[in-house]
Amino acid sequence: MSALRNLTGGLSMLVESVRMSVSNIRQNRMRSFLTILGIMIGVTAVIALVTTISGVSSSISDSFSSMGASTMTLSATGTDLQGGLTAEDMEEIAGLDHVDGVSPSVSLSVTAARGDAYESGVRVSGRNDDYFAQEPDAIVRGRSVNPIDLEQSLRVCLISEELVETLFYGVDPIGQALYLDGTQFTVVGVLAADADASVASMLSGSDAVVIPYTTALKMNGDTLVNSLTLYIDDANAAETVEAELETCLDAIFDYEDDTYTITTMESIADTMESMLSMMSALLGGIASIALLVGGIGIMNMMLTSVTERTVEIGLKKAIGARPGQIQAQFLIESFLLSMVGGLAGVVLGIALSAILCQVLGTGFSLSYGAIALGVGFSAAVGVLFGWSPARKASRLNPIDALRRM
Amino acid sequence: MTENFFCMRGICKRYHLADEDVPVLRGIDLDIERGEYLSVLGPSGSGKSTLMNIIGCLDVPTEGEYVLHGQQVEELDELELARLRGREIGFIFQNSQLLARLDAQKNVELPLIYAGVRPHERQRRAAEMLERVGLGTRRHHFPNQLSGGQQQRVAIARALVTDPTLLLADEPTGALDQKTGKQIMELFQALNDEGRTIIMITHDLSIARHARRVVHIIDGELTEGKEATWA
Repeated sequence: MSALRNLTGGLSMLVESVRMSVSNIRQNRMRSFLTILGIMIGVTAVIALVTTISGVSSSISDSFSSMGASTMTLSATGTDLQGGLTAEDMEEIAGLDHVDGVSPSVSLSVTAARGDAYESGVRVSGRNDDYFAQEPDAIVRGRSVNPIDLEQSLRVCLISEELVETLFYGVDPIGQALYLDGTQFTVVGVLAADADASVASMLSGSDAVVIPYTTALKMNGDTLVNSLTLYIDDANAAETVEAELETCLDAIFDYEDDTYTITTMESIADTMESMLSMMSALLGGIASIALLVGGIGIMNMMLTSVTERTVEIGLKKAIGARPGQIQAQFLIESFLLSMVGGLAGVVLGIALSAILCQVLGTGFSLSYGAIALGVGFSAAVGVLFGWSPARKASRLNPIDALRRM
Repeated sequence: MTENFFCMRGICKRYHLADEDVPVLRGIDLDIERGEYLSVLGPSGSGKSTLMNIIGCLDVPTEGEYVLHGQQVEELDELELARLRGREIGFIFQNSQLLARLDAQKNVELPLIYAGVRPHERQRRAAEMLERVGLGTRRHHFPNQLSGGQQQRVAIARALVTDPTLLLADEPTGALDQKTGKQIMELFQALNDEGRTIIMITHDLSIARHARRVVHIIDGELTEGKEATWA
């Protein structure tokens, strides 16, 4: 019974403390507002950054998973004896289980010219027929690279719609001549913009010109291929293919280390994700500095408040307030200040990240983790930075306090 | 019996200032009986504030024994002193010291809040006390809406609401005009007639004379007697 009385007494004491805190906060509207603002900005920054980055990250992994793990890129530097893959090597790789096709990629940068108009630094990729078989959307008009082009290293090319705009404005490019570094090519097709969704193009951007890879090798004065895209018929078999490919390559390059790198969708997604989470941590860290400054603001306000209310504290002690009750009063005050700022910051941060996600074109998803983080952070800041002023108040000697009357 | 109600024996208080012990109280003996009305009269610097702090359990003596209502005060820690103040002492200060943000009713309730009294009961008791000091109609006025005398009455109600063993008043009329001061003294008299024990600390002989018993404090020593004067 007496325990119950103590409990209800304590509870009403708490209610009174909260009431007094609210009235104290209201008393110094401007100061309280500025202090709250400090916390609010910190929490807003943390929430907006964390939520936006998690939105970006989830939209990236969404686009990865929509593509599936259907391609794999092989980059082979080879050994001193064999600095790349021969046509036979590629055939062997194409013959592996679950491999639907292989497409070499030979890159070069050229100046494309037609009449007086020219475009320098044009990205040219040498590819094969498998590439076009696997990427049926890659061609808008005309034809693709065919086996005859490859076998005879014919000077035919497909050009991007962008290049059509700049070099063939108002003219049908099909059948026209185009000079790539002074060598005449015949345009046979037009490439679609952004149709190439392979790992390679994701890393390096889309092609402006595609020519048979054999022609590209010749232009480079080379015979070996260093970059190869594998098309896999079953996304679940990616790991098996990777293992087989490794065995195969080890045989080709005679067990020497670091002669090739295999890049799968998964490994790129992993790298991106870890980069994003690093960025998230970094930006979150920077934002927490704002929160720290907000906390210092609270501490400053509470210390000022303790000094101003010295007499009040002394009086309360004289009429029987225990040190713990004085401390609780001030802690509740700083906690309330911080929580108001924190909740406002959560709302503002969510609004801000919704806007940011809209601008960045990524999906916005409300992160409960971020909300919990914001609320938890501000609660912790309130208690942490309120602790020392509250303790100072509770330890105030009532005589010194009352002497100021 | 007096030993257990209020008894001071050889109370000394020294402050340590710049490598020097400054004695403020030099062996004070004081006994007070229940229902007494005592004033401690002394000029500033006589040690009367220090004595008040010790009587009020705001401070502990350097030496000596102090028993209040059966408790050995000098042996208590901070927490126990706070409890003792809340239960046994009703403070009345010169400038009433009300909290400006709270109305009269809440100001009077404050000691009961710290004592953990439930809302319903403390409202009733605070209202009763305000009625007792003649402010029954002004319970919800804020301090700045009350006159100096009325504020002091609220402070007296606040001191009385915990039903303390003794009322300890420090220059209770110091901030009031003569007429209002006289009314407050009449209220003190009435409270004493009801059996309240009152200790009043003052430098004003005309105020001190309202008490039944006057002790003088000069240079940290007490001398008894209504007739004694200091100049």
